[in-house]
Amino acid sequence: MPSKTRGVLPGFGLSLGITCTYLSLMVLLPLATVFVRTADLSWSAFWSTVTDPRVVASYRVTFGASFAAALVNTVFGLLVAWVLVRYQFPGRRLVDALVDLPFALPTAVAGISLTTLYASNGWIGGYLDPFGIKISYTWVGITVALIFIGLPFVVRTVQPVLDDLEVEVEEAAASLGAKRWQTFTRVVFPTVAPALLTGFALAFARAIGEYGSVVFISGNMPMKTEIVPLLIITKLEQYDYAGATSVALVMLIASFMLLLAINLLQWAARRRLAA
Amino acid sequence: MTSIALPTTTAPRAVTRATGESRLVRWTLIAMALAFLALTLVLPLALVFAQALSKGLPAYWEAIKEPDALSAAKLTLLIASIAVPLNLAFGVAAAWCITKFDFPGKHVLITLIDLPFAVSPVISGMIFVLLFGAHGWFGPWLLAHDIKIIFAVPGIVLATTFVTAPFVARELIPLMQEQGCEEEEAAIVLGAGGWQTFFRITLPNIKWGLLYGLILCNARAMGEFGAVSVVSGHIRGETNTLPLHVEILYNEYAFAASFAVASVLTLLALVTLALKSLVEWQQRRSSYHPADPEALPERIVA
Repeated sequence: MPSKTRGVLPGFGLSLGITCTYLSLMVLLPLATVFVRTADLSWSAFWSTVTDPRVVASYRVTFGASFAAALVNTVFGLLVAWVLVRYQFPGRRLVDALVDLPFALPTAVAGISLTTLYASNGWIGGYLDPFGIKISYTWVGITVALIFIGLPFVVRTVQPVLDDLEVEVEEAAASLGAKRWQTFTRVVFPTVAPALLTGFALAFARAIGEYGSVVFISGNMPMKTEIVPLLIITKLEQYDYAGATSVALVMLIASFMLLLAINLLQWAARRRLAA
Repeated sequence: MTSIALPTTTAPRAVTRATGESRLVRWTLIAMALAFLALTLVLPLALVFAQALSKGLPAYWEAIKEPDALSAAKLTLLIASIAVPLNLAFGVAAAWCITKFDFPGKHVLITLIDLPFAVSPVISGMIFVLLFGAHGWFGPWLLAHDIKIIFAVPGIVLATTFVTAPFVARELIPLMQEQGCEEEEAAIVLGAGGWQTFFRITLPNIKWGLLYGLILCNARAMGEFGAVSVVSGHIRGETNTLPLHVEILYNEYAFAASFAVASVLTLLALVTLALKSLVEWQQRRSSYHPADPEALPERIVA
């Protein structure tokens, strides 16, 4: 640990003051309104709002599609990270840079592009339509958009861990007679598993709140392809502030629990690494 | 202990005998990964430009220089020019107090800084409607004083600033934690002032990380859709940002025009990615060649 001789460096009061004031005014006070507004409601009114069939259907769509997308991202994210870290091939650096595209591309652009791509007359949708497979305006389309959004989370969490993996450990496994596949499942995989789980949680957390990329492709049919963020907007537009904040509170609690889980996972991974 | 990070290699290690896969497995995995990325990333990217130019170059140009598109572009630039500097100042202050000092509640503070990342963009917009909307806490007061925040520019600035708040701090905290504070302490002991120390010692050390955070913060500020969509009211020529303009055109079935405007945002994203790669490359390079040790004042060993 670097030495922290308190009192030598200036600016503690100023920087902490700016940080706390800014955070309170910009982040905490606005977020607190959700809790305060919901507290205006009676418990039974709150409960009947958040368990309304249309709301429950939207939880199912949001959480189901987010889970499926995060799962796909976990599998392919590991594959992409592995290929980028372990193999040399032409264009590797370009591909590595491209992985961050979903972070940089505005979500609305991703939304209209994916919708057009998978519509029944689109580049990909056109091939699937004769087989009766529809992606845009269905549950599958929502998942496709969430896969796009979540991919970099898994790749960027797994990549550094794979990079740090000691080749000697694999060599030891091989010299003790392990087949390559055994080395992967018994040695490599357990080491990257915590990072993979963190990546999954990050992708999932991002997906449940996602709006821009999903709203175009989902078709937004109540009970079928309506996601929770859209339902919140619909309620706001009808000036149903109580309804919107109640549903938002449920989502906030889900997000905070995920954030907590991610922090615990990372803390556990660091401890394992240090041990 | 030195404050300079050991260089880390990111180039793939030479795949060695017993720990490598056969050629066939290797190329199958590469092909699968590339096919997946082509399907999920490259095709949507290519489609934006193909659709944008589907009605020809003159139509493309027309869609971009149309007055509503131009005013949306101006508003987007204005929003970013307010939100990004605010979060830059916040990010530097937060990183300074967190990495240079020890105080109780530090970990709570770090978690709180991350909070906006965990909140859905839609909720990020909604909270400002709850505060400043017609039925919000300050709504009646604002109405009485004829101040408009929601469905006006200030609301968009607030929502964008909230959403992009963590970016600079997130980049700086790990970087400055790794660098420690010996160099700054040496400068202070040798008689430098606080700001002098910051601008002469700290800033040169963190410049690439700072730039990286700024680039990401700017990309998100210009591209934010969900939060802005809730507070903007979609008034053409007044409260429409570029992403919202894309949405309106798309919903009016003006697909070519919509993708034309979208292609501008896509170019911005590609520039962001290029700058990001450049910064990462510089960061790696500068960690190989740390500042000339003889030019540094002698380290204080505590």
